[in-house]
Amino acid sequence: MADVAWLIPLLPFVAFAINGVFGRKYLKKHTGLVANAGVLGALVVSVALFITQLDHAEPQSVTLWTWAVSGDFALDIALRVDALTLVMLLVVTSVSFMVHVYSIGYMDHDPGFWRFFTYLPLFVFAMIMLVMANNLLVLFVFWEAVGLCSYLLIGFWFERQSASAAAIKAFLTNRIGDVGFLIGLLLAWYVFGTLDYDEIFAQAPAIAAATPGMLTVICLLLFVGAMGKSAQFPLHVWLPDAMEGPTPVSALIHAATMVTAGVYMVARFNPLYVLTPNAMVVVAIVGAFTALFAATIGLAQNDIKRVLAYSTVSQLGLMFMALGVGAFAAAIFHLATHAFFKGLLFLGSGSVIHGTNEEQDMQRMGGLFGKMPVTGSTYIIGGLALSGIIPLAGFWSKDELLGATLLAGGMGYLLYALGALASFLTAVYTFRMIFLTFFGKTRMETERFSHVHESPHVMTLPLIVLAVGAALAGFVGVPPEHGLIHNYLHDTFIAAELAGLVHKPSTTFVLGVMAVSTLIALFGILIAYSVYMRGLPAPEAVAGRVRPLHTLLVNKYFLDDFYDTVLAGGTRGVGWLFAWFDLNIVDGLVNLIGLVVSGVGGGLRRMQTGRLENYAFSVVLGTALVLAFYIIMVR
Amino acid sequence: MIIPALEYYLVLGAALFIIGLLGVLVRRNLLIVFMSIELILLGANVTFVGFAVALDNMLGQAFVIFSLTVAAAEAAVGLAIIVALSRHRDTLNVDEINTLKG
Repeated sequence: MADVAWLIPLLPFVAFAINGVFGRKYLKKHTGLVANAGVLGALVVSVALFITQLDHAEPQSVTLWTWAVSGDFALDIALRVDALTLVMLLVVTSVSFMVHVYSIGYMDHDPGFWRFFTYLPLFVFAMIMLVMANNLLVLFVFWEAVGLCSYLLIGFWFERQSASAAAIKAFLTNRIGDVGFLIGLLLAWYVFGTLDYDEIFAQAPAIAAATPGMLTVICLLLFVGAMGKSAQFPLHVWLPDAMEGPTPVSALIHAATMVTAGVYMVARFNPLYVLTPNAMVVVAIVGAFTALFAATIGLAQNDIKRVLAYSTVSQLGLMFMALGVGAFAAAIFHLATHAFFKGLLFLGSGSVIHGTNEEQDMQRMGGLFGKMPVTGSTYIIGGLALSGIIPLAGFWSKDELLGATLLAGGMGYLLYALGALASFLTAVYTFRMIFLTFFGKTRMETERFSHVHESPHVMTLPLIVLAVGAALAGFVGVPPEHGLIHNYLHDTFIAAELAGLVHKPSTTFVLGVMAVSTLIALFGILIAYSVYMRGLPAPEAVAGRVRPLHTLLVNKYFLDDFYDTVLAGGTRGVGWLFAWFDLNIVDGLVNLIGLVVSGVGGGLRRMQTGRLENYAFSVVLGTALVLAFYIIMVR
Repeated sequence: MIIPALEYYLVLGAALFIIGLLGVLVRRNLLIVFMSIELILLGANVTFVGFAVALDNMLGQAFVIFSLTVAAAEAAVGLAIIVALSRHRDTLNVDEINTLKG
């Protein structure tokens, strides 16, 4: 059955090729159908493949062809099929398909319709190849390819200055991470002599024993790449700006799939990471800090999509925190549930924006629930799942990764505190967003409010499907630590267990963590209700009480300004300096050489008078000099 | 008969040569330039004579007769050209006689 694995990436690619070649002139609106068919095909094959491997997913690799051979080193283009890949494939293809369906409605009036449905399957193809890659180089190639698709789609409405700037910002920020990734890749090749996953994993213990520092460096460099792609502090700045792209893109690329590539990558290299505790600590701390950091910013944003963007950064931070304490299965579990409920929330926000005629500022919404019941109720389900309310998907996964930090002991208690605080803030900002958008008295002009309408079925249907996913996806992880997904991924993450990073919690412990998490989430929702529905205390009063903090949060800790003035400004300054050096010193030298030559030439030209007597004189002079020389020397 | 030392011959020859040379370089009139060339030849001839006396070798004297003959022939041809030229161009200024110059 793994023989047909090549169909999974091929079908979206074919859809991309067809739409790219024929879309503009011939297919036009039909590009939507072509793209949907391609992605649906990939989904069907993935599900079929999953079913055949349901009991036991033995890692297999299907070699398509050999790309390059150099001495002992051979580079195969191979597709890997194992438990982790299959889980990722299911998540990617199912969310992709929902987003594709939704986009037919959302992009309906857009003149770039065919272009949109060319880029989107291309992204799906690249993302599928990323998770199916069987060696680091192929992973890197498609790592860059999804980055390219992200760039193209953020800048989809490139006629808007802000969109093209956001696209460039995303690309450049990712480039910083990718440099780390690339150096890590080259080091891995240098140390292991191969880029194939299985061969690297097989050699890892020996290398760890011989040169532990080298392995740590490799893991950290790969993690730098993950920080860029998965928007971890301090490389998170591109993700909120990426919301300039069309909302389905935000849902698919910047919430559900591409940004989780970093999490996937670290999880994939779990046999390496468990051998370097130092790298693990860095991963955990960066993740936990980002989770809290982004959650605080999310509290003070007014753009509905930006709140979700910071929420995504925060949730990705939680996943990295779990990876850092060795709870790989919990991280992948949260990745999967997050894909559903965050995809749902983004598509829901898109539906709101669509229904309110391009309004994104939550301060100018309110009371939309009556007008958009389907969007509203699915949105609330997504919000509850994000906040971690039992029994929705987010509860099970978030609870498990919080519990894993506690079990890790030592630094784990600090991580748990950060994570729990982030979860509390998550509940607050999520319900702040829900209350501001859907409830209370509307703050829209009466004229505009009367035009608010529910989105068409092609958009609400994916919302309902994803809401079901957001509600039920958590049950694959029930009971905690022994759910379907844990058993399925058990062999993939066996290294963590062998390294003693997996702790079997007691039932009391699990129930205790659950109770605390639930209380935290409920308390957060209560506060949001009190402040934003009842005005006790009024939001303005709260903001006034902590004015400096509020200013800090509204301005995102001034980090963007810092980057803009110090990093971008510094780069511009250095560029200016180099330009000056080039114009004056380098060009100056060249000009000087030219001047000297032309000056000497001008001087010498005067000797070529064309007057015979001058020439005769120089002949005489020369003869006299030769004679004088001869006389003096011979004497 | 008192025979002057070789140095006198050589200094006289060199003086004639330099005078002729400067005349060729400095003067513009073709006739004067022509005369200066004759002076250069004479300077060479005086040197010949001087060495012939000093070395007591008559070959130098004979060579001077030869070169004087050639100089006379050359003077005849050159003067004829100059006469023709002055008739044709109404000038003997070498700066103006430049028709063949590229």
